Amino acid sequence: MTTVVGAAQLQAIVSDEDVVRVRQLVRTAAVTAKLSLVDQTKVVTAASELARNTLVYGGGGQAEVSTVDNGARRGVRVVFSDDGPGIADVELALTDGYTSGGGLGLGLSGARRLVEEFELNTEVGTGTTIAITKWAR
Amino acid sequence: MDRVPILKIGPVLLVSIQVDMQDQVALQLQEDLGERIVATGAKGVIIDITGLDIVDSFVGRTLSTIASISRVLDAETIVVGMRPAVAITLVELGLSLNGIRTALNVERGMELLSRSTEPDSPDEFDLDLDDLSETTSP
Ligand SMILES: Nc1ncnc2c1ncn2[C@@H]1O[C@H](COP(=O)(O)OP(=O)(O)O)[C@@H](O)[C@H]1O
Ligand SMILES: [Mg+2]
Repeated sequence: MTTVVGAAQLQAIVSDEDVVRVRQLVRTAAVTAKLSLVDQTKVVTAASELARNTLVYGGGGQAEVSTVDNGARRGVRVVFSDDGPGIADVELALTDGYTSGGGLGLGLSGARRLVEEFELNTEVGTGTTIAITKWAR
Repeated sequence: MDRVPILKIGPVLLVSIQVDMQDQVALQLQEDLGERIVATGAKGVIIDITGLDIVDSFVGRTLSTIASISRVLDAETIVVGMRPAVAITLVELGLSLNGIRTALNVERGMELLSRSTEPDSPDEFDLDLDDLSETTSP
């Protein structure tokens, strides 16, 4: 069973600065979970992509950052949520290079590659929630 | 909002990114650099990212755009100082830093630039200096 170690940190995402704050919170949690430097870099990069999507496409939202433990290993879990327009075609959105804005279209697909667990829930008109977990090796 | 400082060293502009940049700061840098290249007639731009602990798709795209703008303004861009963990992550993210030349550090970047911006090789350049001192000495 996966349990949360310590308290989860809640960060609102309504500005550029908040995206930076999410990166910093995830870095701290990754260090606490004793992830390797490369794995820290991967999860912070994934979080940066998803936080920006929450801001730009979700119209703002929040990130919940926690250090987790599954009995054998520690890890970092980040849950992004927004009440934005949702994603109509998830498969398309997860395609490398697809963007409905002016991006590179690598945020969602790239973030999924950078972590071990990636759960996306979305409903058109209601919003999007994406949970990622990266485990220490 | 913080601004990333741009230093001029001879014919080269040196930008050292030290902070965890907000997206707006990256966009501002893009604009500032274009203006400085035109104002100084710089032939090369070195962007030192030693201080960056991640490069995501936004920063990656900004670096590519800076390289394109510089090229149009007849200056070459070299990104130096990428950390190994950042390089590994970039590849997995799927980011190809298209059109960007890289070097290990500022010194190597400077070397690359002096080689590609001088029409003559450095040796010939030294020779020219010698000729000059011969003709000017009594
Ligand atoms: N939170 C979100 N809410 C609504 N749409 C989203 C959200 N996140 C991503 N998307 C959609 O998925 C597409 C792909 O996202 P991404 O891979 O990050 O590329 P980019 O950010 O470069 O557009 C976006 O262009 C957008 O249409
Ligand atoms: Mg994105």
